[in-house]
Amino acid sequence: MEQLNSYLIVAAILFCLGLFAVITRRNGVAVLMGIELILNSANINFVAFARFGGMNFSGQVFALFVIIMAAAEAAVALAIIINLYQNFKSINVDEAQQLQR
Amino acid sequence: MNIFIQYALVIYLLPLAAFGIQIFLGKRLPRQGDWVSIGAVLTTLILALAMFAGMLLNYNPDFETRAAFTWIDQGAFQIRMGFLIDNITIIMLLVVALISSMSHIYSLKYMAGDPRYSRYYAFLSLFTFSMNGIILADNLVLLYMSWELVGLSSYLLIGFWFEKDSAANAGKKAFLTNRVGDIGFFIGILIFFTAIGSFSYGDIFAGVAAGKLTGTLLTLGGVGLFMGAVGKSAQFPLHIWLPDAMEGPTPVSALIHAATMVAAGVYMMVRLFGLMTHDTLLLVAYIGGFTAFFAATIAITRNDIKQVLAYSTVSQLGYMILSVGTGAYVAAFFHLLTHAMFKANLFYGAGSVIHSMHHALHKKKDHETDPQDMRNMGGFKSKMPITYWSMMASTLAISGVPLFSGFLSKDAILAGTLSFAGKYPQHFLLPVFGFGAALITAFYMFRLMYMTFHNQPRRPDIYREIKESPREMVFPLVLLATLCLFIFYTLPNVNPLSDEGWFSTLIVARDSVVPVEMGPVIASEIEEGMHHSHYPAMGISIVMVALGILLAWLMYLKRRLSPAAWADKLKPLYRLSAGKYFVDEIYAKYLYRPVLGLADRIGYLDWDLYDKYFINGFGRVTTWLSTLSGKLDYDGLDQGIIDGIGRVIRYFGAILRGLQTGRLQSYLLFALLGIIIILVFQTI
Repeated sequence: MEQLNSYLIVAAILFCLGLFAVITRRNGVAVLMGIELILNSANINFVAFARFGGMNFSGQVFALFVIIMAAAEAAVALAIIINLYQNFKSINVDEAQQLQR
Repeated sequence: MNIFIQYALVIYLLPLAAFGIQIFLGKRLPRQGDWVSIGAVLTTLILALAMFAGMLLNYNPDFETRAAFTWIDQGAFQIRMGFLIDNITIIMLLVVALISSMSHIYSLKYMAGDPRYSRYYAFLSLFTFSMNGIILADNLVLLYMSWELVGLSSYLLIGFWFEKDSAANAGKKAFLTNRVGDIGFFIGILIFFTAIGSFSYGDIFAGVAAGKLTGTLLTLGGVGLFMGAVGKSAQFPLHIWLPDAMEGPTPVSALIHAATMVAAGVYMMVRLFGLMTHDTLLLVAYIGGFTAFFAATIAITRNDIKQVLAYSTVSQLGYMILSVGTGAYVAAFFHLLTHAMFKANLFYGAGSVIHSMHHALHKKKDHETDPQDMRNMGGFKSKMPITYWSMMASTLAISGVPLFSGFLSKDAILAGTLSFAGKYPQHFLLPVFGFGAALITAFYMFRLMYMTFHNQPRRPDIYREIKESPREMVFPLVLLATLCLFIFYTLPNVNPLSDEGWFSTLIVARDSVVPVEMGPVIASEIEEGMHHSHYPAMGISIVMVALGILLAWLMYLKRRLSPAAWADKLKPLYRLSAGKYFVDEIYAKYLYRPVLGLADRIGYLDWDLYDKYFINGFGRVTTWLSTLSGKLDYDGLDQGIIDGIGRVIRYFGAILRGLQTGRLQSYLLFALLGIIIILVFQTI
């Protein structure tokens, strides 16, 4: 059980780092990277629970799906960032605040 | 429903239907729809004749049939409507149907070319309908309703030529004067209703007989009913409307103001005779007797041919009322019957003369000369023989010359009056009035005939153009003149000195139902008295009539006595008569003007004090208050509270707006904080 705890702690640290990056980074690409960190922390959890929770391979399979989804998300997000750049001549997310007005 | 009721229903409703058609469609129908009204009224005449024949076949003095339905039912309070048909009803229906038919036919020519020809016929039908209602009613409600309808149609017909101020005013005067009487009538009806609780004649008679209503109240109730008759039958002091009503078309005068409407009062008194106490009847007798004499004296000095007839009508109605008052109410009804015939005929005759005068004047383009003034006439006898002879027959009848109908009825009335005075010598004035009026009647009627038809023409220029009237106008004259002969009223007897016959057999007097202490009239006593004074009354009246005719003959035909000289000799009397006893002037001075003055005062109170200060004051206070409340509303409520809420919301909005940064990351941060708070709370 101690092994599961250490996995979960690593995953939690990773999640916090990702969240921190998402909240604090102004650069859109960096925000995207933060999201990847969060997804990966989730992956660690899946795999860890699969390994120690006796759930066969479904955790690993789910992790694979998450990786596939992350790839797709990265493609969409990068397209959004390119659009952002075209509209605002910058990829800083805090400059896109038209909604405020 | 027996056949009489069915006939009566048709007679009642047909003129109403004719009125409805005429008033709405009259103008669009061919001949302006006169055939609708005439057809309706002729049908009623046929039905009335059938009923009359039925009555003669029955030959039953006690014949009576009723039909009624509950009109208003409120539990304890019920009003029943219905017809009461007895011999009196049938005879009266026939009189109205006959005179009405004659008027309709007569008007074909008399009213030809009038711009409101169809409306005229509509009104005639309405009148016939209302009059039949009075006749057929078996309860005071229907009687009163029809009574007022008669007043209305009379108003419409008198004021038919309302372009003339005088006609419009005459209509108004007739209506208002009648109203005075009707108030009394209404009070009378209510007295009987409160005491007995029913409007039906049968219940009322039974109630009075049972002593439910006695004493002064019964007398007052009778007086109330009589007031209605005073108004409608133009008795002193409410007679003033009838002479003015001559402004209406002449056939209307004949129909309404000679034969039917004015007879309604007498008819009502005859119907309700049994409810009259001795005191009531005494008042009735004095009013009637006085009116008979008083109106006759006015008629002497009238120069307008229709005015003579108008006052003569008032006087003759006075006779009938006098007769009711003396208890001989069958004689009153008999006189009503004969009077309807000869007076209608006299009016038709006068109308014929006026019509002819109109044409003559029209031809000469003379619009100044009065076509009704007898001073412009004279010598028309040879030009208008039919009119002359038929009018002569009626004149003989109204004067009371033997062999004519008026002789019989007037004699019966005078006999009744004489026997009444024999019984109560202190009332000697009544026969004096009666016989005096008989003398004067003969005098003024022959004066009218001599001035109109005899002597040299006073205006030869007009005389040349005078022609006999057309067939439609002459036919009623001839028919009614024939009915002035006594024989129609005494069949199967042919004794010209006695009124024994179908009428006296079929119409029998009944005892009145009032309690003994109120002095009920016992029919047999009255009959006995009349029988005894029959010949003395006849003798005196023949002498009186002869005297009257002789006087007229001397003054206006032979010119032995000069009317002008006599007028001079009796100057005060002459002036009283010529001024109609100044009744109108007295009313104007002591009644109208004080009332108008009072109205002015009250008007001042109302307009200048009440309205100006109170009502306008209200307005001003209201304006002031609403300005104030407006201020409170706009400046206080709206500006302060309503706008205040808005401002507060805007203020907080401006603050909270800061939260909405539009930065994704800050939203995410808030979400994160939210989740943390939730988690923290969950663990706690």
